[in-house]
Amino acid sequence: MALLEVNDLSLGYDGKAIVEHLNFKVNAGSYLCIVGENGSGKTTLMKTLLHLQKPLSGTINYGDGLKPDEIGYLPQQTEVQRDFPASVYEIVISGCQSRLGRRAFYGKEEKALAADAMRRMAIEDLKDRCYRDLSGGQQQRVLLARALCAARKIILLDEPVSGLDPKVTAELYKLIEDLNREGVTIMMVSHDISTALRNATHILHIGSSVFFGTRQEYLSSKIGRMFLEQEGGEH
Amino acid sequence: MDILFNYLQYPFVRYALIVGVLIALCAALLGVPLVLKRFSFIGDGLSHVAFGAMCIATVLRMTNNMILVLPITVLSAVLILRTGTNTKIKGDAVIAMISVAALAFGYLIMNLSNTPNVSGDVCTTLFGSTSILTLTLGEVWMCIILSLLVLVLFVLNYNRIFAVTFDENFARAVGTDTEKYNLLISVITAVIIVLAMNLVGSLLISALIIFPAISAMRLYHNYKQVTIAAAVLSVAAAFAGMIVSILAGTPVGSTIVAADVLVFAVCWIIGARNGR
Ligand SMILES: Nc1ncnc2c1ncn2[C@@H]1O[C@H](COP(=O)(O)OP(=O)(O)O)[C@@H](O)[C@H]1O
Ligand SMILES: [Mg+2]
Repeated sequence: MALLEVNDLSLGYDGKAIVEHLNFKVNAGSYLCIVGENGSGKTTLMKTLLHLQKPLSGTINYGDGLKPDEIGYLPQQTEVQRDFPASVYEIVISGCQSRLGRRAFYGKEEKALAADAMRRMAIEDLKDRCYRDLSGGQQQRVLLARALCAARKIILLDEPVSGLDPKVTAELYKLIEDLNREGVTIMMVSHDISTALRNATHILHIGSSVFFGTRQEYLSSKIGRMFLEQEGGEH
Repeated sequence: MDILFNYLQYPFVRYALIVGVLIALCAALLGVPLVLKRFSFIGDGLSHVAFGAMCIATVLRMTNNMILVLPITVLSAVLILRTGTNTKIKGDAVIAMISVAALAFGYLIMNLSNTPNVSGDVCTTLFGSTSILTLTLGEVWMCIILSLLVLVLFVLNYNRIFAVTFDENFARAVGTDTEKYNLLISVITAVIIVLAMNLVGSLLISALIIFPAISAMRLYHNYKQVTIAAAVLSVAAAFAGMIVSILAGTPVGSTIVAADVLVFAVCWIIGARNGR
């Protein structure tokens, strides 16, 4: 059974649809990349899948007993967080908040999980540093480590590499690829179509026309070829 | 020193010190998430609501005015939170409207009723003047119990308050009931404001909430340290302010706030030297 199944989903704000009649499935272990022009509704889709906003119509089914506290999320960067006084460790361990249950404080298990996530993201030496003093790439690693603490099965990433230089971008993609190899299901919004096509198993293209299928199918589809040409011309 | 020890022999002075320190502690703890969530204006609005409620209590000649003021303020906190998160109505405008309306009607009610000393009463309610020294034993206990309750709630929910303050969307996405914690924050704020009315009066409460948090943020750069530093700075300023006010005979509320401003100035300079 699929981890996530979306049927005839329409989403938008205040009753006005941005994307309509979406249908797709995400199987455990797959790597789905969501592409589309700016403003096409990729972030809105992420938020709807996470129940941060209500769908206009249609259904979202979480299969395999997937619960909200098994999902990790890396939001698109917001300015608000940037002046917040918090250490890297405090932010990473806050990814364990759903494991608290009725407890008030993090225990051994959560601390070990946070340490492990920081090790995987290679930010152990930044543990006590203030988040706002870090570079953009380091900040993204911190948020990814936090998402890892929350993710037991699936991780949703919204433009994880925007604003990062090519070297850091490559490193981050490598980390995400490794996660996928370890069995974590990935759903990623990306601008960067070429990388998306290298790593992803499935592609969801939203915009004026919608496409969902495997990478191969996308490459040979009309919409895929058009988008590739257009994006290729820009870079 | 002798004068001070002389004063400390009076139970009402000791009460005042205990209550003052507890209130300053609670206000500072809550101040950190309020400032970071850009919620400090809610505190300001609520303090004016509390003023209006206090005026009604005074006119009704209620002996224990908290019985009226506390529920009204808590209720307003809930309402303000509801409208504040509603995107259709401008949250800050609503709060400004409620708060000036409460001020105006409060003063009007005081004047219409034939209370003997209107300007004195209003001044006391707005600036706190000497009321901290005239607390009854019942009020002292109520203050102690409520502030301990606030403290316990704060400590038990520390990690979730951090999570909801740092990134509300993420918290919701991973299944945290963010509305519950936002409600908790605003109800606790309302309780603190009602308590603090006795100490500094309704116009100066915001200072008690905002200054220690901002001062601490100049010195420290992680959440735990900022929280602890805000608590320590606030208690120190409140204690010093009360002692000075007793010795020099200055009004309690404004002396405490002056101490908070002084602390902020020092922290600002230290922060600037550390290159911030
Ligand atoms: N809170 C909001 N209220 C109303 N419209 C919004 C809101 N957020 C985004 N939009 C609109 O929805 C559309 C899709 O936005 P978004 O999902 O952020 O696109 P993407 O992430 O693909 O760039 C845009 O036209 C944007 O203007
Ligand atoms: Mg987006």
